[in-house]
Amino acid sequence: MSKSPEKPRSFQSIILALQNYWAAQGCAVLQPYDMEVGAGTFHPATTLRSLGTQPWAAAYVQPSRRPTDGRYGENPNRLQHYYQYQVLIKPSPPNLQDLYLGSLEAIGINMDLHDIRFVEDDWESPTLGAWGLGWEVWCDGMEVSQFTYFQQVGGHDCHPVSGELTYGLERLAMYVLGVDHVMDMPFNDPGSPIELTYADVFKQTEEEYARWNFDTANTDVLLRQFEEAEAHCQAILDQPAVDPKTGKRIIMAHPAYDQCIKASHMFNLLDARGVISVTERQAYIGRVRALAKMCADAFVQTRAGGWSEDAA
Amino acid sequence: MPDLLIELFSEEIPARMQNRAAQDLQKLVTNGLVEAGLTYASAAAFATPRRLTLTVEGMLSESPSLVEERKGPKADAPEQAIEGFLRGAGLTRDQLEERDTPKGKILFAMIKKPGRPAADIVAEVLEHAIRTFPWPKSMRWGDGSLKWVRPLHSIICLISAEDGAEIVPMDVDGIKAGNVTYGHRFLAPDAITVTGFEDYEAKLKRAFVVLRADERAQAIWNDATNMAFAAGLDVVEDNGLLAEVAGLVEWPVVLMGPIAQDFLGLPAEVLQTSMREHQKFFSVRNAKTGRIERFITVANRTTADHGATILAGNEKVLSARLSDAKFFWENDLRIAKSKAGMAAWVKSLENVTFHNKLGTQAELIERMAVLARELAPMVRADPDAAEQAARIAKADLSSEMVYEFPELQGLMGRYYAKAAGLPDAVAAAAQEHYAPLGPSDEVPTAPLSVAVALAEKIDKLTGFWAIDEKPTGSKDPFALRRAALGVIRILVENGLSISLIDEALKPASAVLTTMKDVSQADEAARLKDLLAFFHDRLKVYLRDQGIRHDIIDACIAMPGNDDLTLLVKRAGALSETLKTDDGENLIQGFKRANNILSQAEEADGVEYSYGADVKFAQTDEERALFSALDDAEAKIAPAMAAQDFTDAMSAMAALRGPIDAFFTAVQVNSDNATVRRNRLNLLSRIRTVCSSVADLTRVDG
Repeated sequence: MSKSPEKPRSFQSIILALQNYWAAQGCAVLQPYDMEVGAGTFHPATTLRSLGTQPWAAAYVQPSRRPTDGRYGENPNRLQHYYQYQVLIKPSPPNLQDLYLGSLEAIGINMDLHDIRFVEDDWESPTLGAWGLGWEVWCDGMEVSQFTYFQQVGGHDCHPVSGELTYGLERLAMYVLGVDHVMDMPFNDPGSPIELTYADVFKQTEEEYARWNFDTANTDVLLRQFEEAEAHCQAILDQPAVDPKTGKRIIMAHPAYDQCIKASHMFNLLDARGVISVTERQAYIGRVRALAKMCADAFVQTRAGGWSEDAA
Repeated sequence: MPDLLIELFSEEIPARMQNRAAQDLQKLVTNGLVEAGLTYASAAAFATPRRLTLTVEGMLSESPSLVEERKGPKADAPEQAIEGFLRGAGLTRDQLEERDTPKGKILFAMIKKPGRPAADIVAEVLEHAIRTFPWPKSMRWGDGSLKWVRPLHSIICLISAEDGAEIVPMDVDGIKAGNVTYGHRFLAPDAITVTGFEDYEAKLKRAFVVLRADERAQAIWNDATNMAFAAGLDVVEDNGLLAEVAGLVEWPVVLMGPIAQDFLGLPAEVLQTSMREHQKFFSVRNAKTGRIERFITVANRTTADHGATILAGNEKVLSARLSDAKFFWENDLRIAKSKAGMAAWVKSLENVTFHNKLGTQAELIERMAVLARELAPMVRADPDAAEQAARIAKADLSSEMVYEFPELQGLMGRYYAKAAGLPDAVAAAAQEHYAPLGPSDEVPTAPLSVAVALAEKIDKLTGFWAIDEKPTGSKDPFALRRAALGVIRILVENGLSISLIDEALKPASAVLTTMKDVSQADEAARLKDLLAFFHDRLKVYLRDQGIRHDIIDACIAMPGNDDLTLLVKRAGALSETLKTDDGENLIQGFKRANNILSQAEEADGVEYSYGADVKFAQTDEERALFSALDDAEAKIAPAMAAQDFTDAMSAMAALRGPIDAFFTAVQVNSDNATVRRNRLNLLSRIRTVCSSVADLTRVDG
């Protein structure tokens, strides 16, 4: 483990190195999901694909939004919009820890000089009805990834178990590049004709969204959209399995799940606007979880979810 | 005699589970061996982040063979019955023994159970142990169904004797036992073949793995203290952290780094908490100034640059953490010192729910303020100051620092109250009003702190009682038992005599009327029930001090039982009295008197209460008892008035001799009705005198 690859010089070179590394390990390199999500786990390539018996291996970047974490681009580490790198392999291979360590080397972390630790951290997502056991991975005392063996998703036991890796890309990149404030981080190569820092790309949007998230978003609209998404999700899943037009069995797990994602994001926005009280909070989370469970129930009735004509 | 080595090698086991897991492995395996007849000389178990290891020495090489005798049917039983018995025993008719018994000839089977080789037993026992291991949380991985704390990768199961070592053939869900382990994940990841425990431990050490957790902890502590000493500093002791860190490394390497100048102004507790909670760092203190000036981190490896990269990384992470803490501290201080001051924080607690039926934190504070003022005179505190202290005691819940580190609540309140220019005693109450946090935590003694601490707990108890949210069984989500014990300890250990019902619970209940969801019905019954709850906690508290349950009951049955300090004094005195010979026997005498009296009262339909007259006494023993009772009454009444239970009880115990003598010499149920009535009235005096001290009918014995 001593050959050290070329040191990355920019945020994007770290992302590219991870993409190449996981592609070389046989993962399908997917693109981000085209909806607002709170974390890479919400991508259906993780949530839904961790269900059922079909083998799966995917890696992707997922832009993630946490409205309450907005700091107008002023905090060195906190952003309301940031990137996660997500890997999901089912069944989890026996050498997943080694594969993971290989990815750190691939982004320029010299295993001979750093102190890498697997520190207990059990993962639970009350909104997804999901939990797993694993660790946060420390590099010299800093959390650089979350490593989880999924045990349950959407209320379903995971058989086989998926191994999930989540890298907080900004934090990891800042560490590798030796940058103290996220906004100072080179986004493209520092030698480029047009050099762009993270601030050039995101400082303005952080300000705009912080203002919108905290003070301007119309809570009546958000609330209505939450309720519409909830009703819509239910309505989609209420459709019969067989499509009357094509005569095919088409269970619309993904379109329904989109509505669950939407409801979850609306909840996050409402939360950032400070209009959800402590007691209401649990109730909202429960409503999103109910949607996630319905979608999971639907997905396992589809081919990708392991359903087959013969077994049925 | 052979030895056994077992290693279960897995991905990283949570530090907090390792010690317990090593013990469980030892227990499960050795119990299984012994049950199967494989005894052994000694055993020991160890854990590192990646392995559980068990060594068993001097184990039998096979279990002893046994003969089991089984009783069958009579020799002349029907053929079918005998055949059935033979099938069960796996024998033929000629192998059975016939024995003459009083019930006739009976068939007996002697079933030989040959000894089994150790390897067979070990394989069975270990597999069972793995499959039933009591991990607090376990998981599946890949496409298997085996459960372990994290994926299990390999198993060593090796029986070694002088003539060599043998792998126990076994396979748990595809993991075959072998004689191979692996060294440190980064420093020596290759496979290592071992022949027995000594070889295993030695080879692991060469492969950068210290097997024993205590050895790792010791090494960490030695290096840490030496390193700090060399810099003229001290490491702040933290055994919990030491144990945890020892469970995070196989090859501990201690590194000490500086805390940037910027952060040295932070309170020591903030530095310590931030470093411990987030980074698992030890704090290094300058003994002269009391300031935390450096940190110690424990890496899991050596490096070519002697840890320079690791230390630099850790420093950077710490700086980011402490920048946050400093930001919180400075913001908080600015608010505390501002004109609005801590009142602004209290104001914002109007938006924080304490409990949906008991209102917001701000309402809670308002109730505490009123109650603290009322309680103040009883605890020798100034009412104005008590109210002021109660008003700011929870203000720090709005501070950013406490939001980030909830465990610093109270302590931050004290810092901020001082910064706001409030008197020291008021600031101290902010910290101490949460106390005592557990049975061994110190009880506040400063009057202001006592007033606010009592107000907080009494409001809580009265409030949750009013909305009928009482602890049940193991469920006590609002820690009401702890609150009640807190009240008991504050009162008793400060020697504060108050009527809990009239002087604390009723005023608290009155304050609660401001809450619209709180029922006002049945106040008296509710407070009585709450008092019974205090009495239950008091029993637990006194039991820990060696005072029996029945003794406490005897005292609770007396009037004034809502003065807990008095109650404890009474119970203590009674307990001491009953430990004496006189005391113990007095109880017998008292009970005898009481029984005779009760029976006579029931039979005669009258109450014998007074009228005993010495002139009807017929024996010396009777007369002696009269005069002893006169003496006792003369002593007990003033002693009780002065709440001097020890004197009262010793006066009571002095009755033992005369009572015993009386019962030995005198027959109460005399044929002479006048004499009998007089004697019963005399017994009634015993009952009255003794009962003025405690309800002795409730004492066992």
